[in-house]
Amino acid sequence: MYRRTRYLPAGDEGLVIEFGNEIHRAVHHRVYAMARAVEEAVIEGIVEIIPSYRSILITYDPSMVSFQRLKDEMTRIAENPSHTEIPEHRRVEIPTCYGGEYGPDLDFVANHHGLSPEEVIRIHASQEYLVYMLGFTPGFPYLGGNLEKIAIPRLKTPKVRVPAGSVGIAGNQTGIYPIESPGGWRIIGRTPLALFDPLRPPYFLLAAGDLVRFVPIEKERYMDLLSHGRS
Amino acid sequence: MEGLEVLHGGTFTTIQDLGRKGYQQFGMPTAGAMDITSFRLANRLVENDDGQACLEITYIGLRLATIRNLTIAVTGGDLMPTVNGSPLPMWQTVYIPKDSEIAFTGVRNGIRSYLAVAGGIQVPEIMESKSTYIRGGIGGLEGRPLKKGDRIHIGPQRPGVPLRRVKENLIPRYGEKWKARVVMGPQDDCFTKRGIETFLSSEYTVTPQSDRMGYRLQGPVIQHRTKGADIISDATCLGSVQVPGHGLPILLLADRQTTGGYPKIATAISVDVYDLGQAKPGDKIQFSPVTVVEAHEIREEHKRRMKGIIEPLP
Repeated sequence: MYRRTRYLPAGDEGLVIEFGNEIHRAVHHRVYAMARAVEEAVIEGIVEIIPSYRSILITYDPSMVSFQRLKDEMTRIAENPSHTEIPEHRRVEIPTCYGGEYGPDLDFVANHHGLSPEEVIRIHASQEYLVYMLGFTPGFPYLGGNLEKIAIPRLKTPKVRVPAGSVGIAGNQTGIYPIESPGGWRIIGRTPLALFDPLRPPYFLLAAGDLVRFVPIEKERYMDLLSHGRS
Repeated sequence: MEGLEVLHGGTFTTIQDLGRKGYQQFGMPTAGAMDITSFRLANRLVENDDGQACLEITYIGLRLATIRNLTIAVTGGDLMPTVNGSPLPMWQTVYIPKDSEIAFTGVRNGIRSYLAVAGGIQVPEIMESKSTYIRGGIGGLEGRPLKKGDRIHIGPQRPGVPLRRVKENLIPRYGEKWKARVVMGPQDDCFTKRGIETFLSSEYTVTPQSDRMGYRLQGPVIQHRTKGADIISDATCLGSVQVPGHGLPILLLADRQTTGGYPKIATAISVDVYDLGQAKPGDKIQFSPVTVVEAHEIREEHKRRMKGIIEPLP
């Protein structure tokens, strides 16, 4: 965490508020709390608030608010101690069918670490992950947890097609593919939940700051949830 | 009601508006027209509300048949449009009778034309926008480029749209060399002094590996500081100039990913990014730095110019 928060211009329509230079829960808590506070402050001229691991991008309309005024307002909010408290996190469970056709790389991950597939599942499903940010494709969550025991290098050549709902590991990170896309993560399971549905508001299952837990399910339950769609 | 039938989709034609705003925090790219300046003028010439959906026509080959009498305007790159084989005047309102054929037959300058129809192009809004986002397969017509046989619906046209044009001397001229003014940062501190000098003193060429997501540029390698080639991923902007480890810049545009892990040496200002929507492979870009305050003055000046840009046809 920086001692002094940095305020950096991003062209003529962006302001970056940077709190640190590491992937760390404490840094992200600042990001998350600030994003919430800015949203609640309803400042004229702000177009979007985009949080990521260690910073927030604010896009704005300069005909409504000047860079300097926006920066002053942001500084005021950032320095208000009530805005540095950690807000309540939403908790979301992700039912996941591990291994087999849905998690083709589960055995590889297990062998790589000399573990049984069941142990890999247990490690993956026994912790709560923080959604640091969404990116890559619409609704793709970058999840932070403690995955050293099952960490795995990403594929040298990405797969052309990773199905929607696939749960993957790359390095010490885990994530979920919301739409079918190319991808280089090792796939250990799949969730029947739709992480992104452009036809149904609020469109996205997850948001930055959510706490996520994977819940192992059997194939039967997977099919059942799939046919019922998102509740 | 149906207004246009696609006889040939051309190289790449999509339906675009001002883009999908508000969902970048969820990883949703904005999409939207690349050359917003031309896009806006096309709508104004047919008296549409700002931000009505238009066709964004890239390169050549699009052919359309009019199913009814239409009032249209074509702006942007000169893709040699014709109506029933005769040149179709650009940068002005044009009445087109039903059963006519509109075609885009070549490239005189620029690379993207905007075709606005009075009443606006009607497709279902997806997340409050009609813009096509190709990689996500959403928006526009089934989230894809136009193809033969598509029928495009048009909203109700206001009666008596007057014939107007963009003043001759204010029509943008697209050459092969482009100036892009940039605000340095947010990660210019990832580069050496020499790297920044290289970036600001060299010409960069738009490569064929360029699309609505971004332009990959070729030119002198920009030097990072040690360990400067990767940053912790953060949000990208329209106009971000990111420089991966190979040292060659990528200008991020309408369909860019919302986050990225490469340092952004600078950010091009919006009015120049809009014009760059007309840059084509082989064109050269020269970057020059401005302050945020200067960037906002340029923006205001651009707005003033746009206000008086349209006049009645003589």
